[in-house]
Amino acid sequence: MAVADFSSTTTSGRGFRPGLSAMLLGLAVFLAVLKPFLPAFAVRLPDAAVLPYDVWFQSLFDFLKDDLGLIYVTRTISAGLEWLLDITANLFYGKHRWPYIGPMPWAAVAAVVAIIGYALKGWKMALLGAVTFVWVALVGQWEIAMQTMSVIAVAAPVAVFVGLVLGIFAWKFPRFEAFLAPVLAIFQTLPFFTYLLPAVIFFKVGPTAGCVATILYAMPPMVLMSTLGLKKVRSEVVEAGHMSGSTRWQMLRHVYIPSARTEILVGVNQVIMLSLAMVVLTAFIGMPGLGAKLLSLMNSLKLGRSFEIGVTIVLIAVTMDRMSKAWVVTQPVHYERGTPWWIRHRYPLLAVGAFIGITVLAQAFPILAEIKRGQDLSIGSEIDSVITAILSNDVVTGVTGWLRGFLVTSVLIPFRNALLWLPTISILLACAAAGCAVGGWRSAALASGFLAIVAATGWWDRAVITLYSVISAVCVAALVGLPLGVLAALKRRWSDPILIACDTAQTFPSFVYLIPAIMLFGVSDVSVVFAIFIFATVPLMRYTIEGIRAVPEEVAEAADMSGATRMQKLFKVQLPLALPTMVIGVNQAIMFAFFMVIIAAFIGTQDLGQELQKTLAGNELGKNFVLGMCVALMALAFNHILMRWSEDRRKTLGLG
Amino acid sequence: MRTTTSVSVVALVAFASSAAYAADSSDPIVIPIHNWSSQIVMSNVVGQIFEAAGNNVEYVTTDSQAVYESVRLGDVTLELEVWEGAFGKSFRAALEKGGIEDVATHDAVTREDWWYPMWTKEACPGLPDWNALNECAALFATPETGDKGRFLAGPVDWLKHDQERVDALGLNYTVVNAGSAAALWAEIAAAEKDKTPIVLFNWTPNFAEAVWPGEFVNFPEWVDGCDVDPAVGPNPDAAFDCGNPANGYLKIAAWEGMKDKWPGAYGVLQKVNFTNAQIAEMAKLVDVDEMEPEDAAAKWLEDNADVWKPWISM
Repeated sequence: MAVADFSSTTTSGRGFRPGLSAMLLGLAVFLAVLKPFLPAFAVRLPDAAVLPYDVWFQSLFDFLKDDLGLIYVTRTISAGLEWLLDITANLFYGKHRWPYIGPMPWAAVAAVVAIIGYALKGWKMALLGAVTFVWVALVGQWEIAMQTMSVIAVAAPVAVFVGLVLGIFAWKFPRFEAFLAPVLAIFQTLPFFTYLLPAVIFFKVGPTAGCVATILYAMPPMVLMSTLGLKKVRSEVVEAGHMSGSTRWQMLRHVYIPSARTEILVGVNQVIMLSLAMVVLTAFIGMPGLGAKLLSLMNSLKLGRSFEIGVTIVLIAVTMDRMSKAWVVTQPVHYERGTPWWIRHRYPLLAVGAFIGITVLAQAFPILAEIKRGQDLSIGSEIDSVITAILSNDVVTGVTGWLRGFLVTSVLIPFRNALLWLPTISILLACAAAGCAVGGWRSAALASGFLAIVAATGWWDRAVITLYSVISAVCVAALVGLPLGVLAALKRRWSDPILIACDTAQTFPSFVYLIPAIMLFGVSDVSVVFAIFIFATVPLMRYTIEGIRAVPEEVAEAADMSGATRMQKLFKVQLPLALPTMVIGVNQAIMFAFFMVIIAAFIGTQDLGQELQKTLAGNELGKNFVLGMCVALMALAFNHILMRWSEDRRKTLGLG
Repeated sequence: MRTTTSVSVVALVAFASSAAYAADSSDPIVIPIHNWSSQIVMSNVVGQIFEAAGNNVEYVTTDSQAVYESVRLGDVTLELEVWEGAFGKSFRAALEKGGIEDVATHDAVTREDWWYPMWTKEACPGLPDWNALNECAALFATPETGDKGRFLAGPVDWLKHDQERVDALGLNYTVVNAGSAAALWAEIAAAEKDKTPIVLFNWTPNFAEAVWPGEFVNFPEWVDGCDVDPAVGPNPDAAFDCGNPANGYLKIAAWEGMKDKWPGAYGVLQKVNFTNAQIAEMAKLVDVDEMEPEDAAAKWLEDNADVWKPWISM
């Protein structure tokens, strides 16, 4: 969820201004102290000043939809998508649609994935691919997993293609880039509840809406990475292209895109990962498969079987991630002239051969085609009893009961009340002070302007509660994640298990651990913070590890030579140099937290997420959009300040 | 979709698929599926009846509130479980906008109200009378609510009026909204071990009755107008001084175009009617017996031929 920092291209305010920033902060504190004497409008915006934005947006949507006929355009697009989805649905799980040849036998799919894995990175990758797909079949989730994959098989390529085209345009036309960057940033920070209604209304409930939501969500990194890659193409390469007389199309096709290959493939990897992250959320708008099954299992409290679905999603995600990353580093192979075609294409041939062979075999042995219910090895109810045993263990419940009481009464509620007590004007000024400190008055105006819009919508109190959950969870995440990250970076033995834990926590569907969180901490703010915490710790650890590892070898050696102790080396050399990267991690953690805090509405919150959930009942598109923008703007304010600081700091440290 | 499960049904109704169905469009009838078992099985039951009669049927997973907009637009053909309490508002809003119609009402009645699992009664023997709630308030207290009792309500988008009721009846309780049905179940499951007293929002028919026996709190009986007219009910100054209706409707809704496009299926749909016991049975097949919904539907059809056969005879 790397959000584009669009301000860096537009702001020119330079340098650090402690004077002005301290003055603003002082003013914020001063006004907070003087709260009883402040005029009412500075404490909270009066209701009269809140304009009916929701009504305006509602009419705007109605105008776009009915009067301008946008709905006919989108419905045509969804008809096209539906055609594609029907084809994949037939191939993957045998939906009764053209071309009427599916479903593919599971054993054939597993074999092909294993061969692809071998071609990319040898036996280990082949084993990972095979184990994943054999697991899916054995636990009896083949059909639902293929329902999910049939949508991703359309959504991911479309997102890659559209993202690449937009990326090329953004690279060619700086103005388009300046327009696109904030749009992408908003798309990435809008809460998913805000995608839900428009997707259903404009693109028809069902796999098509799920597909569109997935495309929109997964596309931004593709755009950013392709623009980045194209910009980095070296001028010698470009000149060589010109000298050999390439046309513009040839330049793009044979010079630019191959040179930007690595970045573009990183974008592809991101698209795949984000598509898989949407599997459960899109189930709310009709995406069939794993997500839908998971939701209905959760509603009858079948923890064991939902856990199995979570494992499936993690395995598929890890397989796809590792394979696409392997693809990134594989360089194209060049054969000697005269190599026979069947050697040059041996892997595709092998894959096709295995596929056909197993499909034929499956006619004789139906178990290779489909593992039926009753034949599968699901151990859902056994997992259930293990989970219940852990959750009802006296020691566990004793600790969590105490923790809940302590956190709620002594930490969380006082903190929330303090934030709610603060006058709006103080928070705006404090935000301006932070902006001013990192990027001068432009950043101050931008960041506090974002929050001012939130205040103007009249949802301030709700927004502050959202902010409170985010800040609390990120603080807890920092307390746990940063030390663990440092430890993992310094001790190689620790880093692999911690990185695997990161991958798992990130792709494991959050819904599955919402329920244990409630069983441990009840429907309370502690559960909410806990759920966000799990999600937000991941980027903190990952970027800390990355930051410390990237400290140049010679610098670390210089510290050793000058006789620094390990602690001195860590605190005086490694951490300061890693800090800009770690701050990016903090920024990611905050973005993740804003994403998760809305999902925590399923536990029960009193913030913007709860209001968003309410708009779904009334189909209130306008209000839904206003609330979504509030969340996005708060996230963008943080994003701007932190990314700006990290970038400047990097430059100062000469890290490029 | 796998069709093997409905083969037996095809055989059963082969004689019934008479010429009346020839007029039905061959486009698939789209049936929405939500995330609770009885609705999924019921949808599969009706879908398999349609399929056996020669219609094409497709299932689509949707949000249970957003579905009414989809029915209105014709993207989804029908909705088999319109709960008065939970979806009445969305349904009425859609009816006003047009495009959706009220096809039939099940015999099943729905009840949604404050509820407690049986072990709660041991700690607070005055229940189910609502007057006992205040005496036992301290038993239901949590760190968040201080001295007051906690009432765990359903998600806000179910649009209940628990806070109003707490105020109107002078209950010493704080209303805490859970965010989903799953959150409610998780709380009951967590309370079960130590038999912690808990009072929360629940409804019937659903799967929880089979797992955790319990009772509804007896509030002053619902009288029409209790929700709008302060004069009605025990508290002369406040509305909502009563329980929810103990027999809310469970309706079937359909897209207005259905009767022209699939007249045969529409005729069947008008006769479809389930009782509480039948709905509980369907939920049990999935929730307790761990069957897949489509298999559960096939089994239900096999076991209850006398119930649904009359719906398809002309």
